[in-house]
Amino acid sequence: MTNSPPTDEIIAIIDAHKALEGPLLPILHALQDTFDHIPQAAGPLICDALNISRAELHGVISFYHDFRDAPAGRHVLKICRAEACQAVGGKALAEETLAKLGLDWHGTTPGGAVTIEPVYCLGLCACAPAAMVDDRVIGRMDSAKMQTLLEKVGA
Amino acid sequence: MKDFIIPDDRDMGTPAREGAPVTLTIDGFDVTVPEGTSVMRAAAEAGISVPKLCATDSVEAFGSCRLCVVEIEGRRGTPSSCTTPVAPGMVVHTGSSKVRKIRRGVMELYISDHPLDCLTCSANGDCELQDMAGAVGLRDVRYTAPEGAPLDNHFEARDTSGENHRYLPKDDSNPYFTYDPSKCIVCSRCVRACEEVQGTFALTIEGRGFDSRVSAGNIFDDFLSSDCVSCGACVQACPTATLQEKSVIELGTPERSVVTTCAYCGVGCSFKAEMQGDTLVRMVPWKQGKANRGHSCVKGRFAYGYAHHQDRILNPMIRDRITDPWREVSWDEALSFAATRLRALQEKHGQKSIGVITSSRCTNEETYLVQKLTRAVFMNNNTDTCARVCHSPTGYGLGQTFGTSAGTQDFDSVEKTDVVIVIGANPTDGHPVFASRLKKRLRAGAKLIVIDPRRIDLVKSAHVEAAHHLPLRPGTNVAVVTALAHVIVTEKLYDEEFIRTRCDWDEFQAYAEFVADPRHSPEATEELTRVPAADLREAARLFATGGNGAIYYGLGVTEHSQGSTTVMGIANLAMLTGNIGRPGVGVNPLRGQNNVQGSCDMGSFPHELPGYRHVKLPEVRKIFEDAWGVTIDPEPGLRIPNMLDAAVDGTFKGLYCQGEDILQSDPDTKHVAAGLAAMECVIVHDLFLNETANYAHVFLPGSTFLEKDGTFTNAERRINRVRKVMAPLNGYADWEITQMLANAMLKESGGANWTYTHPSQIMDEIAATTPSFAGVTYGMLDEKGSVQWPCNEDHPDGTPLMHVDEFMRGKGRFIVTEYVATDEKTGPRFPLLLTTGRVLSQYNVGAQTRRTANSVWHGEDVLEIHPHDAENRGLNEGDWVKLASRSGETALRAHVTERVAPGVVYTTFHHPDTQANVVTTDFSDWATNCPEYKVTAVQVSASNGPSEWQEDYAAQAEMARRILPAAE
Repeated sequence: MTNSPPTDEIIAIIDAHKALEGPLLPILHALQDTFDHIPQAAGPLICDALNISRAELHGVISFYHDFRDAPAGRHVLKICRAEACQAVGGKALAEETLAKLGLDWHGTTPGGAVTIEPVYCLGLCACAPAAMVDDRVIGRMDSAKMQTLLEKVGA
Repeated sequence: MKDFIIPDDRDMGTPAREGAPVTLTIDGFDVTVPEGTSVMRAAAEAGISVPKLCATDSVEAFGSCRLCVVEIEGRRGTPSSCTTPVAPGMVVHTGSSKVRKIRRGVMELYISDHPLDCLTCSANGDCELQDMAGAVGLRDVRYTAPEGAPLDNHFEARDTSGENHRYLPKDDSNPYFTYDPSKCIVCSRCVRACEEVQGTFALTIEGRGFDSRVSAGNIFDDFLSSDCVSCGACVQACPTATLQEKSVIELGTPERSVVTTCAYCGVGCSFKAEMQGDTLVRMVPWKQGKANRGHSCVKGRFAYGYAHHQDRILNPMIRDRITDPWREVSWDEALSFAATRLRALQEKHGQKSIGVITSSRCTNEETYLVQKLTRAVFMNNNTDTCARVCHSPTGYGLGQTFGTSAGTQDFDSVEKTDVVIVIGANPTDGHPVFASRLKKRLRAGAKLIVIDPRRIDLVKSAHVEAAHHLPLRPGTNVAVVTALAHVIVTEKLYDEEFIRTRCDWDEFQAYAEFVADPRHSPEATEELTRVPAADLREAARLFATGGNGAIYYGLGVTEHSQGSTTVMGIANLAMLTGNIGRPGVGVNPLRGQNNVQGSCDMGSFPHELPGYRHVKLPEVRKIFEDAWGVTIDPEPGLRIPNMLDAAVDGTFKGLYCQGEDILQSDPDTKHVAAGLAAMECVIVHDLFLNETANYAHVFLPGSTFLEKDGTFTNAERRINRVRKVMAPLNGYADWEITQMLANAMLKESGGANWTYTHPSQIMDEIAATTPSFAGVTYGMLDEKGSVQWPCNEDHPDGTPLMHVDEFMRGKGRFIVTEYVATDEKTGPRFPLLLTTGRVLSQYNVGAQTRRTANSVWHGEDVLEIHPHDAENRGLNEGDWVKLASRSGETALRAHVTERVAPGVVYTTFHHPDTQANVVTTDFSDWATNCPEYKVTAVQVSASNGPSEWQEDYAAQAEMARRILPAAE
């Protein structure tokens, strides 16, 4: 899919955050911000720099759903699946959206425009069902709003 | 057979604490425990077991299972007893109806995701989940599947809707245990044991919530490919069948256990041999063992299969010439054949023409008998032991400086140390259980200085990093140690008060003047040692000023032409800095073999009777002459190299070699082979037809440590009991065989028979003749578990720390340590320096570990070479290379790595088909003849496969191992 990012760039990111107290999460965030995922090649470099084992690193990365091992589509659409949203039709909306795009959760549209992910509560229970596109949260979603949204992101 | 009763093996839930006493009330009983103790442990002290799953006393509390909740008066809620420390006056209720209900609810959730196949489960009867379900009175699981869908779970491979994506199959990649995720309750005990006890950090919990799983390494790893070192700590910690020994899966749960001592390295771990009848089901580290404190490594825990390996020889064999095939005979015939030959050799070539080699793998009692054989039956002092080729310089060096030939501390001492120097040792491979204890202390903040040509794992591995690594050139130990002393003396960092009160001040003055000479400065020696001067200065300052300083060293110190000098230099460093005589400090040789300390203590050396007393002293000889009813030769006998030289010269003709493979383990294989071939009666007493047996005339089958009673003495001078758990497959314990050989010879010469019927009688004789063992009896060892010598009237409970108020010799003695370069030098033909060592999974010559599944980790010896040197020679990873020295050559595969410095290559000596020692030379320590294994000038070049020598050797070995079918 993508060529693996250059080692020096990864090392530069690691070094920039190494002196922080508890540097691992800032490093992982910075890597994901730069490469849109945590490149596999970064693993041994992080372990070496922080003197941790690869098991420990795996434990941390796999704990956080937001860290990816491959880049997502150009946009990420998260649909809330928590109780409040489910109670007002969130589940149906999610199923409908997935069916429309022919995707399963975590799937990306063929052109690479959008990746669909589940999320468990965006803190918008008062205006459920809720969704989030990239960094923007949207309340009171329905089929029509979803359709407009999908068109806007090019899905 | 008397089983040893295990005193108190309960799981107390959380680790012990030290601190001021605190009294609280638990369920109406007053309990007093040290401050910082958990409520759970306090309850256990009072005999009350609070139900628990995620807590075990080998790791810190975690508080995740919520089964151990209790009520505490005046506090809200139901805190977990494992994570709640005691407080004065606290009133705790562990069994109120409220906590009972909570526990039952928690258990119900656990069981809703656990298969109910208890009757066919490998942990049946040994499962804490099962026990806790019983303890909380779980009678029903009310969770049911939603309509039209299965109940979400991890244990069904398939459900009504098809494949269960949460199900993971068993990982049985490790040869000794399996990981079955379907049984896992994600209590994290394995992960924490790997981190806290072993210190490898090979395991983690991946994912979160219901997706959480134990994972070895990364997503693409299994247990074998992960960092796992197979120490067994996770298996030990697992409360269910998730991590389970394959032997238990195959055989079932054991019915009894016997406490005994591991027969591998010098750490001397205590184990419970868990048995079904006379079948060994598993070896489990014993929590009360004072050397290992409940931990183990892959060798002691799992690699015992050699005891029943098909290669083991169970019948005595003889042959007239070494070119003949072996002939199986009765014990009587073999022993009288041997006795007649030995007596004939003595008649023809003189009393001193035969001798013995005692074994560092056999018990103290057996070693004592073998040296007694040479002194009281052969009537000479021709006894030596494999310590000659490993720690003889320790005996000499520490004897000269401190007055006794042994380490100064117990292993617990490492918990109090602040700065550690590890020199010429690789504890994570050679002494893994000690390494784990050291790493635990390092993670708690102690500083580490590594002095080693290789970047060993301790230099940098997960959560451990040496403050200084001084990568010296092989052969320059003395220069480096003296330079460290130079910095301490010239910068006035020494402990003057200690030196004035404990050491000879005049000798110190002379020594200080010597080391202060600018030619010993780090700057002056940098070119020679290749250790950056600034780094060395910092290391010296750290050691002198960093608090409790301890030095641990291994064969990288002793196996040099100046081995004894380095040992004395190390002793000087400890005295200079006042690091002797209290916990957390000291000089600690890491002994290679299980009983190398004991074999030295037992008088195996040609110049010393038991207890390191010179054979020339009439008062010492008198003790043994009275005990044995013989006259002892006052002349010291021959050392191993002298025996071999004398054999080549034709004056040494017969050898009884017990449990040692000198052909593979001793340097300059060709010379050893020539010596053995020149002898007329070589008796090999061993488990297997080892390499030395290729040159033997008599083979006496030996017994394993599982098949006999006795004692081993470990690196901390601890005398540990070895207990018989099964009858010897070969018919006799080794001490019985030595006694039969002695009696066969005495029959020829008309002497009185030896009549020992149990090893305890031999120990009684040792105690009666040897002051440092005077208080030792089997009864006492059964009672105390173990004892560290000296154990006598002055020290009735033994001696964990030596030289507390004064040195054994009185005043500590500083000895001048002049560096003299070895004669083994690199040049145009042999430009690289070879140094040798071992790996974790294999042990010594590999006779035992090669006959176990440990070979999956290390199937052959490889040559570590720096990328720079490899590139110069056009060598790639995995290529066959020829390794040649002035002595000989062999071929093996290359491993290109930066662990070794440019100019240095490294290999192990575990495999006879490589025979690294065909390359090593016969240079040796000036004082003790300990061979210089650690420095050989070599050349490495590309090769197509095994060398001609290796092919000849393999052919000869095959011929020499032929056994005729037994005569009807």
